Amino acid sequence: MEVNDVFEKVKSLFVDELGIDESKISMEAKLEEDLEIDSLGIVEVVMAFEDEFGIEIDDDELADVKTVGEAVNLLHSKI
Amino acid sequence: MKTALVTGGSKGIGKAISLELGKDCKVYIGYNSSKEKAELVAKKIIDSGGIAEIVEINVANNNSVLTAFEKIESNGDNIDILINNAGVTKDNIFPRMKEDEWQEIIQTNLTGNFYTSQRALKNMIKNKWGRIIFISSVVGISGNKGQSNYAASKAGVIGFAKSISKEMGSRNITSNVVAPGYIDTDMTSSINDESRENIIDQLSIKRIGKPEDVANVVAFLSKEESEYITGQVIAVDGGMTT
Repeated sequence: MEVNDVFEKVKSLFVDELGIDESKISMEAKLEEDLEIDSLGIVEVVMAFEDEFGIEIDDDELADVKTVGEAVNLLHSKI
Repeated sequence: MKTALVTGGSKGIGKAISLELGKDCKVYIGYNSSKEKAELVAKKIIDSGGIAEIVEINVANNNSVLTAFEKIESNGDNIDILINNAGVTKDNIFPRMKEDEWQEIIQTNLTGNFYTSQRALKNMIKNKWGRIIFISSVVGISGNKGQSNYAASKAGVIGFAKSISKEMGSRNITSNVVAPGYIDTDMTSSINDESRENIIDQLSIKRIGKPEDVANVVAFLSKEESEYITGQVIAVDGGMTT
């Protein structure tokens, strides 16, 4: 799966599960400041990804993820 | 129709809860050793026009919990309402209490709720709706001679439930505790008549509690209408704790 496919997947999860305005979602967007995703929202998306791709993401790895792009790159490296 | 899981749902308070929820939910009656009793509870619900199934679940064992949820989900169901009711006692005066008597009670009564709640929350978060109700005990509020392990486990449940209520409120998931007092069940049947009279003396409502007294409160907390109540401890104890 290409980075761009992962980005599209993340985008659709953010829109469908968390009700985020699609136009706000870019690789540079900050999860908390720009998209106003709370900690539980991040957990929700992570759980959805773990289920869909059968991967496991450690809390340590998540700690450094602040933007959509960082999330996409982390997921891309796992899939 | 919502789907509920009642751990320890075949006997005592858990049975009364299963029967009450069976009036307007699909109920999974969780049992560990009492399969026949669970089947009887399910039959009673079905005979009254409800929907019920039984599921083996030993809450002290995470694999057993995961297997039970897999079974429920393979039936096409998701748990909307989790009643953490399963519990055990192993009484001993504290200076004589063995570590395994302590660990066993904490494992089942407290850690067991960690396993079931975490697993159930997966779908509740996704569905943005859920009810988790913990059956604690007045012993977790006031303590009791010979029950330091049980009291610790039941007090632990209260802090646990309150924390979950704060984390999950934004997803319409409530988490509450019901703390029964002296209720007439197998667990309290060994108490002799004289002690019974002494207990009743201390109550505002002059009778021993019935499992249904607890089940009615649990049923309300599991409904849509209770949505603004979360992180609370409701004692059902005839006024033992005031």
